[in-house]
Amino acid sequence: MTTKSQAVLNWIDERFPLTSTWKAHLSEYYAPKNFNFWYFFGSLALLVLVIQILTGIFLVMHYKPDASLNASGVPVAFASVEYIMREVPGGWLIRYLHSTGASAFFIVVYLHMFRGLLYGSYRKPRELIWVFGTLIFLVLMAEAFMGYLLPWGQMSFWGAQVIVNLFSAIPVIGPDLSLVIRGDYVVSDATLNRFFSFHVIAVPLVLIGLVLAHIVALHEVGSNNPDGVEIKKKKDATGKPLDGIPFHPYYTVKDIVGVVVFLFFFSAVVFFMPEGGGYFLEFNNFIPADPLKTPPHIAPVWYFTPFYSILRAVTYPLFGLDAKFWGVVAMGASVVIIAFLPWLDRSPVKSIRYKGPIFKMVLVVFVIAFFILGYLGVLPPTPGRTLVSQICSVIYFAFFLLMPWYSKLDKCKPEPERVNFK
Amino acid sequence: MSVDQKMDSSRRTLLLATSAAGGVAAVATAVPFVASLTPSERAKAAGAPVEADVSKLKPGEMMTVEWRGKPVWILRRTPEMLASLDKTDEKVSDPNSVKPQQPEYAKNKHRSIKPEYLVTVGICTHLGCSPSEKFKVGADSGMGADWPGGFLCPCHGSIFDLAGRVYSSMPAPDNLEVPPHQYLADTKILVGDDGKA
Repeated sequence: MTTKSQAVLNWIDERFPLTSTWKAHLSEYYAPKNFNFWYFFGSLALLVLVIQILTGIFLVMHYKPDASLNASGVPVAFASVEYIMREVPGGWLIRYLHSTGASAFFIVVYLHMFRGLLYGSYRKPRELIWVFGTLIFLVLMAEAFMGYLLPWGQMSFWGAQVIVNLFSAIPVIGPDLSLVIRGDYVVSDATLNRFFSFHVIAVPLVLIGLVLAHIVALHEVGSNNPDGVEIKKKKDATGKPLDGIPFHPYYTVKDIVGVVVFLFFFSAVVFFMPEGGGYFLEFNNFIPADPLKTPPHIAPVWYFTPFYSILRAVTYPLFGLDAKFWGVVAMGASVVIIAFLPWLDRSPVKSIRYKGPIFKMVLVVFVIAFFILGYLGVLPPTPGRTLVSQICSVIYFAFFLLMPWYSKLDKCKPEPERVNFK
Repeated sequence: MSVDQKMDSSRRTLLLATSAAGGVAAVATAVPFVASLTPSERAKAAGAPVEADVSKLKPGEMMTVEWRGKPVWILRRTPEMLASLDKTDEKVSDPNSVKPQQPEYAKNKHRSIKPEYLVTVGICTHLGCSPSEKFKVGADSGMGADWPGGFLCPCHGSIFDLAGRVYSSMPAPDNLEVPPHQYLADTKILVGDDGKA
């Protein structure tokens, strides 16, 4: 570096921790050298967040949150989305990037969470990273749900109607609470406007704050790895972990490979199948919202369906409260319980590589049950399907609630002293 | 620190009092923000009653009118449809309409003023979807061979009979709501106002 630019840098460093921040989080942040494929999804989630914010900013320039009907009898909000698709130059691409981004966000986040499950990334001392992560997932669901109302199609309208009514199931305060959420007695223009406000300002701010907390907490304790052993236990004379490599340039460069592969698939969807076969953009949402007619088959977007199945699985009243209320409780619990994983897992080892047959079997059953729940969530209910979803819901909760016992019983292999790396 | 460990308690009291007063002010400031989330005066005023002319409705047909942004169904039941209510009596969770889901004058087996016409809000009491009509009887309906006709909510599968009574062990807890209504003439119904309240 020339002395002149060094002088500029010094001037800044005396006033702002530029070099030290760069070092702490990138050039001297030591990550385990044995990261595999599963470790791409954290940085990919960050990439999708950037895509969503960027495309969102441009969509807001043309979108109108207005449920009133225009001269041709179409809701203004619905018409403005059509306008973006057909008349705004490049608008179709920006909108498809945003709609595909929503599904991509959940795909990478689900894989990112599954990585944590595989390698015990939630275990001590990373409990708070995991808790922040669960909160991110929860906030992401709220963000996706509110964004889905904005196109004001049939699925937007009836999806919002169902979810807002969930809150009315809460005893005593429920009916008033759902009134405050909607701002009207039915999902209406008032609801559309406040969801717009939440979707573009309030929730993204919370999301960014939580992502920051997630990363700060991670960099405080350091990353876990596929072997689940702490690299900080073995350091060289200078205090650097023996099995660690600087995040920059090693993992920044590696992550670029992941980004390229991701964008390859992402672009394929955006350009060749933006509707994702009716899963990313549901066909019924190409019909303007009609408050008088529920579509014959209504299903949430794919990323909500496992939890939606759990909601539907509860059909028995209990303690004098309606089944509807318990369905809501079960659905809420199914998300919140994820946050408690660090305290439920009592296994002596972190990574699945050294866990015993019980955990491996239980995890396979759990994943299958989760997929079945997701699949049933897009189908109309029948008594047979309800029974299957009840069984899968029990498996889902058993995976978490019985973990303190089966994780202790399991015959684990000894962990290695240092990470495996070829 | 070793020089002065004593706390000036009068200042501490002042600090606490100031914090408490500031806290009260902060909470009070939240009131208008929360209030702004509740339905506006315009939304509250939008609940005017609507008139429905049922003279063109044939037996077995149903029409929908919009009241307070919700669909209100008017179903003209055939004698067979009315007879089916005897069969569903034992299958529904609240056969005698004990729960206050209807005005007093509709608290009867057919849940209506005139047995022939059912007036009900077409919103499932589970999570607010609008159930679909399944008036075909038997296996043709896709609802099983002994299906007597009724409604199926597409969202979570709740089933209602032709009086809007919910079957037992369904996600929906209550019968469909019967709105306040009255007959202005023989075939003219006013939905939303029964002249009593």
